[in-house]
Parts: sequence; structure tokens; C-alpha cells
Amino acid sequence: MTIALPARSRRRRRFPLPLVVGGGMLAAQLLLALFPSAFAPYAPDSFDYNALMQPPSAAHLFGTDNFGRDVLSRVIHAYSVDMQIAVFATVLPFFFGTSVGAVIGYAGGMAETIFGRLVDAIITFPFLVLVIAIVAVLGPGLINMYIAVGVVDWVFYARLAVAEVKVQKRLDYAEAGRAMGYSPARIVFRHLMPNIITPLIVYWMTDMALAILLGSSLGYLGLGAQPPIAEWGVQIADAKNFMATAWWMSVFPGIAIVLAGLSFSLTGDGVAETMRTRR
Amino acid sequence: MHLLLYVLRRIIQLIPTLLFIALVVFLLVHLLPGDPASAMLGDRALTADVNRINHDLGLDRPLPVQFLLFLRNLAHGDLGRSIQLHESVLSLIAQRLPVTMLLTAMSALIAVALALPLAFLAALRRDREADILIRGTFQVGLSMPVFYIGLLLLTFFGAYLRWFPVGGYGDTFAGHLYHLFLPALTLALSLSAVLMRNLRQAILQVIGAEYVDFARAKGLPARLVLFRHVLRNALISTVTLFGLQIGTLLGGAVVTETVFAIPGAGRLMIESIYGRDYPVVQGTTLCLAVVVSLTFLLTDLAQVALDPRLSR
Repeated sequence: MTIALPARSRRRRRFPLPLVVGGGMLAAQLLLALFPSAFAPYAPDSFDYNALMQPPSAAHLFGTDNFGRDVLSRVIHAYSVDMQIAVFATVLPFFFGTSVGAVIGYAGGMAETIFGRLVDAIITFPFLVLVIAIVAVLGPGLINMYIAVGVVDWVFYARLAVAEVKVQKRLDYAEAGRAMGYSPARIVFRHLMPNIITPLIVYWMTDMALAILLGSSLGYLGLGAQPPIAEWGVQIADAKNFMATAWWMSVFPGIAIVLAGLSFSLTGDGVAETMRTRR
Repeated sequence: MHLLLYVLRRIIQLIPTLLFIALVVFLLVHLLPGDPASAMLGDRALTADVNRINHDLGLDRPLPVQFLLFLRNLAHGDLGRSIQLHESVLSLIAQRLPVTMLLTAMSALIAVALALPLAFLAALRRDREADILIRGTFQVGLSMPVFYIGLLLLTFFGAYLRWFPVGGYGDTFAGHLYHLFLPALTLALSLSAVLMRNLRQAILQVIGAEYVDFARAKGLPARLVLFRHVLRNALISTVTLFGLQIGTLLGGAVVTETVFAIPGAGRLMIESIYGRDYPVVQGTTLCLAVVVSLTFLLTDLAQVALDPRLSR
């Protein structure tokens, strides 16, 4: 009996509550994103002119919009788009920024000084303004949004990676790698990387939550996903003139955004906590 | 003396930053697929018009020359002319930017007014109900996009309760403040969440410091300890964060002005995007970035005022 107690408490520490809740929510939403048709009762763009702006009912759980489209089905189908935004907008900045940052941090010297200046300059641009400006020039749409985010976003990962590598490269195991005659690339990517990756993954989680906010904001402004695609920001933009008369049109996409954002940040917190205790 | 040198050094550091901003904004228009003139004029443009605009904008010259010309015009306060509104970009921005600045300043004030007391409350009641409630509410607030918070406030306080106007800017200064209250609150909510979280953490750290124990031990009343010792030191990192958030705030202002139909620089930018009015897009991006870099300068100076050791 006495042996069972510490074992149980250790297991509990390995999966902290935020990770369980956030991860669970995230898994459920990924399922919706991957197989929307399996869960949505209607097609996202099927019009029913006999059921315009119907309040929630048994036939339409979240009601219908001004074109008679089922709001629930559109919210579910939007998972594919918004989850895609979360991943696609951030995955390249994550890999590129982390690699570049790790190399710069390991090299130090001139490269690091120049990079520092670049970071200082880039953070003076209001992120959203710069992304909007780039999308404005490239034209509205998801691909151009990914490009616009990517151009700016990698810097934040790189900055984090530089700081982490600067600490790790002075430790004994990195020194040992050099003494063994390993190439800098091998030391950076095989030995240092596993030790710096945790804070970057945590930041990635936060960044995906931010990407969803950004994606829906651009969708709302008409610069991201284009109607009639079901995307939460687009849905809310469609609903903005009916806020008082048909609240269901905007409230459910709004809740979806909040839940998606929350699940990413909870998962991030949970990953951070797990890694801290493991260290 | 130290202080003066520090201020000078910071101002000199601003120059390369401003040059970089100019370079990025300059290159922005050159990202356009094809040539800017045909993009501006649309599909049905005549070749002669395209060539004329390209020539007027100096787009037929080599890139470095164009950049130098761009810088020379900037130095003369010439940001080009709006294609849609047939007005100089600078005067358009001069009309609109004060609105954005007032909105941003109001929301910063509201955010601080919300974050300060709540951060203290949360820190002093750490891990109790009040703390959990405050942090939980703000976590949800952080996951909500600005435009949605705006629409919710607009619907409830504007359309339903009719306490506030649903848009516009008013005619008098009091009218401006009244019209901008809801949009400012919209922006303030997410900023105060960020500030609150940071300040709570900083207060918890400072409260454990020896000089706070000492102040308490020498019999200072709790209120004095909190304000003179804890708050002042906890504020240093929060001021830095506040400065870094100005960019986010201005980005949010672009969205909020669109939601509330406020005639500010942000809405000008969005409208110019819809109208393919690239000189205006360029000009607003430039001005907003300059505002951010000036704010960075101000927050650095504020930090030094809070902790003079930082100037060395």
C-alpha cells in the first residue's frame, strides 16, 4: 500500500491537468477538422431558402444564417480551415526560425549582432499591421496570409532559439562534443536541439492560438479566407448585421474561436509544466 | 550626465531603425506581383496609363535609385498622393492619425486602470477564489479576437442598452471620448489581460524580496510598503511589456476602427486596401511603425525614470 502512493502521485505529475484538458479538447477538435462531414448534419454551403435565420431548433441545433445555411455545419466545417490556419501559418516559421536561431546562437559573434539588430527593427512593426500590409499587396486569401505571417513570425522563434543555444553551448556536453571532433552541425542539431526544443514547442502552441485569432481577424476583414468558405471570422463578418436579431449566427463561431484558442494555450501550459517536472 | 548621455544614445539608435522601417515599407510595394501600376489600375488599364503611373512614381528606375528618391521625399514629408481620394497621403494621415492615437491612449489608460488593482488582488489572494476567477476570466478574454469582443460590446452596450453610440467619432472632444469609450474598452481588455498576468507575477516576486521584509519590519504601514516598494519595483518589467504591446494595440486599433466605423488611420488603411490605394497603405504602415518606435523610446526613458541604474 505504501508503495502505491508515490507511484500514483508521480503518474499524476506526468500529466498535469492543463495538458489533459487542453490536449483532450485539442484532440476532439482535430477530429472535427479532419472529418467534418462525419459530424456535420448538413453540407456547409447548402442553402435552404425556406429556413432563413431560424433560431436554434431540433433540426438546426445552432440555427440557420441569412442564406438558410446550417450554422452548426458551418462551424464544424470551419474547423478544417481554422485548424489548417493554426498549423500552416506557424509550422514553417517554427522549423525555419528554430534552425536559423540555433545556428546563429551557436556561431555567435557578427551573425548574432546582425540578427539582434534585425529583431529590434522587426519588432517595431506592429505585427498585425505588417501582415495586413503584406496581404494587401499580395492579395487576400489563405496562401498569401501564410506567406505574410511567415515572413515576420520566424524571427520570434529564432530569437528564442538563439537565447537557448547560447546557454546550452557552454555546458559540458557541448564541450565534449567539440572535443570528440563532431561537426558544428552535428552538435547543434543532434545534441543541443533536444535540449532547447521545449520552450520553442511551448511558444509554438501559443503561436497557434494567436494564428487562429489572426486568421479569423483577417477573415473578418475580408483579407483571409474568402466567402463562401466556412471560416469563423468570415461567419462572424456575415453575421455582423444580424447581431441583435440573430445572435446564434455569431455566438457559435465566437465560442469555437475561444475554445480553439484556449485548448492550444492550455496544452502549451501543460507541456511546459510536464517538461519542468521532468527536468 | 549619465541620463543625458543615455537619452542621446537612445535617440541615435533610433536612426537605423527608422531607416529599416523606410526600407521595408519601400519594398512592400515591390512585392506586388507584376508591376504596381497595373495592379493599382486593375485589369482594364490602358498601357499608356500604366506607363505614365510607373513613370510618375519613378518605378522605371533602378531599385536603389528609387529607394534614395523615396527617402528624399520622406525627408520632405512627401508620402505620395492617394489614388482614390486625390489628396496628399501625409495630410490624410495627419487627419486620421490623431484619432488612432486618442483611441490607443484611452485604451492604454483603461487597461492600466483594470490591470493594476486586479493584479494586486490576484497576487495578494494567490491561488484563492479571487485569483482563480480573475485569471480564468482573463484567459478566456485572451482567446477572443478583438473584432469579436468589439462586436459583443457594440451589440450589448450600443444596440441593446443604448448607453453608447454604435460607431462614429463625435464632434466635440467630450463627444470623441464618449464615442471612443467602447472601442477603447475593446482594445483594453486583451491588453489588460497581458499586463495583469505579468504584474501579478512581478508582485509575487517582489513581495518575497528582503527590502520588502525590511520595510515591513521597520513598521511602515502596509499601504506604503505596497505602493512605495512593491509597486514601483514590480512596475519595471511591466513597463517594458507595456511598450512591447503598443504594436499589438495599434494592430488591434486597425481592426477596432473597422468594427466601430471610426475615422482613424487604421480604417484608412483597410479602406485603402479595398481600393488598392497603395501609397496610402504604404504611408499608414510607415506612420504606425514610426509611432511604435517612438513609443519604445518613451518606455525606455520611463524605465530609467523608475530605475536610474538602467541608464548605465
